[in-house]
Amino acid sequence: MAPRTESPWARFRAEFAESRLAMAGLALLVVILALGILAPVISPQNPYDLAQLDVMDSRLAPGEKSADGRTYWLGTDDQGRDMLSGIFYGLRISLGVGVASTVFALAIGLVFGLVAAYFGGWVDTIIMRVVDIQLSFPAILIALILLAVLGQGVDKIVIALVTVQWAYYARTVRSSALVERQKEYVEAARVLALGQARIVFRHLLPNCLPPLIVVATVQVAHAIALEATLSFLGLGLPITEPSLGLLISNGFQYLLSGKYWISFYPGVALLLTIMAINLVADQLRDILNPRLRK
Amino acid sequence: MLAYAIRRFGQSLFVLVLMSFIVFVGVYAIGNPVELLVNPQADEVERARATAALGLDKPFLEQYWVFLKGAASGDLGRSFVYNVPALDLILDKLPATIELAFVAMVIAIALGIPLGLVAGLKPDSAIGRGIMAGSILGFSLPTFWVGLVLIMVFSVQLGWLPSNGRGDTLAVAGIPVSFLTADGLAHIAMPAVNLALFKLSLLIRLTRAGTREAVLQDYVKFARAKGLPQSRVIGVHVLKNILIPIVTVIGLELGSVIAFAIVTESIFAWPGTGKLLIDSINQLDRPVIVAYLLVIVTLFIVINFVVDVLYSMLDPRVRLGGAAASH
Repeated sequence: MAPRTESPWARFRAEFAESRLAMAGLALLVVILALGILAPVISPQNPYDLAQLDVMDSRLAPGEKSADGRTYWLGTDDQGRDMLSGIFYGLRISLGVGVASTVFALAIGLVFGLVAAYFGGWVDTIIMRVVDIQLSFPAILIALILLAVLGQGVDKIVIALVTVQWAYYARTVRSSALVERQKEYVEAARVLALGQARIVFRHLLPNCLPPLIVVATVQVAHAIALEATLSFLGLGLPITEPSLGLLISNGFQYLLSGKYWISFYPGVALLLTIMAINLVADQLRDILNPRLRK
Repeated sequence: MLAYAIRRFGQSLFVLVLMSFIVFVGVYAIGNPVELLVNPQADEVERARATAALGLDKPFLEQYWVFLKGAASGDLGRSFVYNVPALDLILDKLPATIELAFVAMVIAIALGIPLGLVAGLKPDSAIGRGIMAGSILGFSLPTFWVGLVLIMVFSVQLGWLPSNGRGDTLAVAGIPVSFLTADGLAHIAMPAVNLALFKLSLLIRLTRAGTREAVLQDYVKFARAKGLPQSRVIGVHVLKNILIPIVTVIGLELGSVIAFAIVTESIFAWPGTGKLLIDSINQLDRPVIVAYLLVIVTLFIVINFVVDVLYSMLDPRVRLGGAAASH
């Protein structure tokens, strides 16, 4: 028998589990995260330790054996790197860049959005004008120019991704904070003469979070896709820190000669990652949208 | 209307100058193009001469001022690499990009609106769900990934379509276009589909959402009650009312199609402005990068303005001027 008062967390879990597709997405995501985090432990070789590479093993097809008898299940690239290990390490970097840029962008967007909504007036006008102008240009164009200026590197690509993403969060937070600001609990907090910072961050903020969580989940997928695109164009990460996009780019030149696996398998990993995140995000959106609540 | 246009023009000019400054500052900070251009064995004197020839020995603000003065008279500087005016280089490549973007938009519109209508009219049917699943895929797959798979399947495995270049072109009013020759069509097919995919998914979603709302409206019920045939109810009553947001989005997406063409052009080696931009970034060809951005930003501003005007003509409830200026 179910307890009479469920905790919100238990209800949330139960609602999430209602969609089998979302559960499959979540399971896939957990596996991908585990592979990325555990990459150094589970990879058959460290693909970036040159001592472990053998040029004789370069461009082997999936399933072929190396000179010393190991099987390369997903083949090797032009340097003789095991693609499977390369993908695990690539996942690690892609996920890391995606999550890190989302967290920073979220924090920046949150502060600007809340400030714009709470104070209104010219503060609001200036912040939202900047947001509007920025959002009127495609993210890829802005990121491309930033990276052209900044150069390659993990830190640089995170800066570029944060710059193109913060505006989405600022806009989302502002619109929900504008609604929340009118509610009685904010008025009550004001009547209690609480400090403005406390009202904004302790009262307004928690109530603006649900739509933000949805946007953030979707944005992690976008960030990963954008990073992969930029790295594919040769503007994202340096070859010493290969993400999935860079692995794909690296194999692109061999694609036309039929050596599909160097590009294809990292591509599949990228695809599965993005799909898993999107499935989870879709279900989160449905649960956290009060209008759809039964 | 005239006051609105003038104010918009002023705003646009401000954005353009601001953008040019930001871009100029940024691009100014990229590496030293002289290193790439002169012979590695060149001595100091030769380097200094090359630097002076490119105008790079002047203080930054003076370089910017020279650039602004030139820009006002249509001169955006000379390419360091090709030694031709940067603007000419871009205008030379622009038709290829616009053709690609145009064909992609036509594909997206021709497929997106009918598919969205079907999905909106039968949201719970297998077809409706299938279309939506497809549009979710089109949304979440990175463009370059789809391009890769297209090449893998149609060029490598099946050998049906060429994987790079424009193919034979035919000059229309002096501008070469690909889609009028069979060879050109074969070359443009994959890049155009690749570029169209994202917009197609977007249009399917928009049309579906609009249709689902429209069919519940009283005027649709009334049209049905009058006994009008389904085709007329859908084709006239529903379609006409959902067209406004769709036209707006199509207009706004035109600019982003040109930006996204950067990726598609790089994959399919399509000789347009996007590929030129990537090449210029790699070669530190500053004037071309700056000129590309200014041309693209100008295009964006023009497109947004035209869309706003069209919007007010399509929907009489929208008033330009006082109300529009506040957002």
